[in-house]
Amino acid sequence: MTHHLAKIALTEMQAELRDQAMKFCADKSPIAKVRALLTDERGYDPDVWQEMADLGWLGIAIPETHEGLGLELADIVPVAEAMGKYLMASPFISTTLAAQAILFGGSDRQKAEWLPKLASGTVATVALFEPSGAWDLDTVEGETKTFVLNADAAEIIVTTVRHDGQTRLALIPRDRIEVERETIIDETKRSYRFDVPKVTEDDLMPADLTAAALDRIELVANLMQSAELSGAAMACVDYTVDYLKTRKQFGKVIGAFQALKHPTVDAFIDAEGARSLLYAAATHVEKQGDGEIAVRMANAKAQGALSYAADRSIQFHGGFGFTYDCDAQLYRRVAMFAASQFGDAAFHRARLAELLL
Amino acid sequence: MISVEDFAAGADAWFAEHTPRDVPFMMPLTFMEVGTDEQFEFLRDWQNTVYKAGYLGAHWPTDYGGGGLTQKHQDAATRAMRKHGAPIMLNAIGIGWAGPLILDTGTEEEKRKYLPGILSADDIWCQGFSEPDNGSDLGNAQLKAVRDGDEYVLNGSKIWTTQGNYAKYMILLARTDFDAPNKYAGLSFFLAPMRIPGVETTKIRKLTGEYGFTQTFFTDARIPADTLMGEEGGGWKVAMRTLEYERGARGGQAGGYTISQTDPLEVVGLAKRAMRNGKPALEDPVMRDRLMAQMIEAQAMMANRERSKIMPLVQEKPFALPMLSKLQFTEYARETGELALELEGAQGGYYVGDEASREDGYWQRSYLNAFSATIGGGTSQIQRNIVGEHVLGLPKTR
Ligand SMILES: Cc1cc2nc3c(=O)[nH]c(=O)nc-3n(C[C@H](O)[C@H](O)[C@H](O)COP(=O)(O)OP(=O)(O)OC[C@H]3O[C@@H](n4cnc5c(N)ncnc54)[C@H](O)[C@@H]3O)c2cc1C
Repeated sequence: MTHHLAKIALTEMQAELRDQAMKFCADKSPIAKVRALLTDERGYDPDVWQEMADLGWLGIAIPETHEGLGLELADIVPVAEAMGKYLMASPFISTTLAAQAILFGGSDRQKAEWLPKLASGTVATVALFEPSGAWDLDTVEGETKTFVLNADAAEIIVTTVRHDGQTRLALIPRDRIEVERETIIDETKRSYRFDVPKVTEDDLMPADLTAAALDRIELVANLMQSAELSGAAMACVDYTVDYLKTRKQFGKVIGAFQALKHPTVDAFIDAEGARSLLYAAATHVEKQGDGEIAVRMANAKAQGALSYAADRSIQFHGGFGFTYDCDAQLYRRVAMFAASQFGDAAFHRARLAELLL
Repeated sequence: MISVEDFAAGADAWFAEHTPRDVPFMMPLTFMEVGTDEQFEFLRDWQNTVYKAGYLGAHWPTDYGGGGLTQKHQDAATRAMRKHGAPIMLNAIGIGWAGPLILDTGTEEEKRKYLPGILSADDIWCQGFSEPDNGSDLGNAQLKAVRDGDEYVLNGSKIWTTQGNYAKYMILLARTDFDAPNKYAGLSFFLAPMRIPGVETTKIRKLTGEYGFTQTFFTDARIPADTLMGEEGGGWKVAMRTLEYERGARGGQAGGYTISQTDPLEVVGLAKRAMRNGKPALEDPVMRDRLMAQMIEAQAMMANRERSKIMPLVQEKPFALPMLSKLQFTEYARETGELALELEGAQGGYYVGDEASREDGYWQRSYLNAFSATIGGGTSQIQRNIVGEHVLGLPKTR
């Protein structure tokens, strides 16, 4: 039934990209840096962002005709995974989503104008969610947008609007929008809300491409989020294991206590499963229908894996786990915020049930 | 030598024609479920037939009853068995554990004596490791073996001995030295005969109400000294090697399967048929959610298996996936059984044999039987210790 979706293909380039991205993020995003950025207004380091652009990472899934690298969506996964593992803040995901939205939903003029810029480091984002809390991207009132990541730093915002009674996508330059920062639970990210300004015909993306573009955004968002969360889950388990190997109570290293050891093993198994499903999803993402199934499975699993790993991590750090200084809270918050974006695990399972039963 | 392709085609045709259908009694799904003489005789005949057709031990040397072909040949035969849903191979402990152990480490004489009977199912084997007081703590086994001339005298008891009542031989872990510097050093490993004075087996009824294993009592039972495998005091090493065959960490098994693998997604089929509270189970959103969670888990296990073949994707912890797979799969199977019962709603209250039961109580029974694997072969808790200590590097629990 879904057996064929368990197959994993990894190109040599993806393997190299993964090594490269892991080294890069380890180097650029040590935990002290992650913490320093928590209180930074912009929330990421523009120099590191420029380096990512120089490495070509922003153009990975943009065709060569638009000055991208012309690689595949699957090739983004190793980068997103590494960023998730090292909690590295950057507008990578929001910019990639905007690029995919334009690639699949933009006019030739819009593509020609924006894709080369996004490939070379211009920050962009997507505005899809509204106060209603609907995860269905088609449910749009078009008044207020929320959960718009990196909106302040963006030069362009791809937003859903209501136009002549229809849901449409529009590409609005940031300088026509007044954004207000939101307080979100994941402090490694920056989120904004804004009132949708009047759109002109010029802003609008072609009506006949709207549905395909929204599907694409959702697919790519869920894939990248799976990568981010699965990377973070691995790191979170490692973080817990380190503590379990060093902290002593009752004259023993606490990792010797099975009440801690066994749940940590379960968290590890979940994280390993999330990784495997992630690579499977990357392998099948471009297949019509199958892509959505593989990606939602990976996403639901990754959300569960990180939530559990981080929840137990807080508990297993004792009093220190309750502090702001313990990194367990960072991981827990990443998972909590992820659940608010594009659907939580139960939402994905409900969609999967519709697709599979 | 016949090509693998030709051999595979032959096997496919053979199993298509010879796989028994419409057997009038409940077919054991694993070698641990052989509870009646009828089942036993049937499965012994079946293994013998498969062996004579050349589809078991195809890669073992001809001197020891094998087919003299290659592992690839045997794998093709095993695949054909699976494809046609053939019954399991009965002599699991011979085929899978004792056999490869003897083939790899036994003397020429031992190989000639034991291996042909393992393949033909004339000689059933059992495993005498667990004792009433020493299970997970296998290294503490206390069954006493005292050397007396060219014999050892056995006293004590083994328990949970699968097919113990049918076995001709037992791979036995016994204590030959009670003053050894540590508990492991006092152990020795024997290829012990079972049909001798002083050995008695008592069937133990399982939670399903059926039979399948025994307690085995040894009272001044005398076995030839040359049934010792390896050296006296070297039993722990041999036992550990045996567990590697058992857990699939080491190859060389005679082939076939001794546990019929149910497709992890089979429960989806049940969900489509089952009724709950008078309505199709699939209309219940909670059931849908649980079913999808279970499907995702099944998918994760399949993807794990795929990933384990791709070096760059396992380089951080190369042994993690094979080491966690027993725990993951057996717990998954148990949870699937639980879910199946919920899907069945009120029908979950019937059991095998009742006309109102769904699929003749298959899921009720398979849920209960699922514990054989979460307990046998090292419990899930012991598996978590192993993964925690050997994969994650956590300190030992002592
Ligand atoms: C169907 C079936 C077939 C079997 N066939 C055979 C056979 O053919 N030959 C044979 O020798 N044995 C056989 N066994 C025995 C099996 O290997 C043991 O039952 C198993 O190793 C557990 O030992 P025990 O029963 O003594 O339980 P115990 O070791 O007493 O365990 C009791 C509980 O304590 C837990 N526990 C024990 N130690 C620890 C620890 N260190 N940390 C955490 N938890 C712990 C266990 O997980 C379990 O939940 C079979 C068992 C089953 C169920």
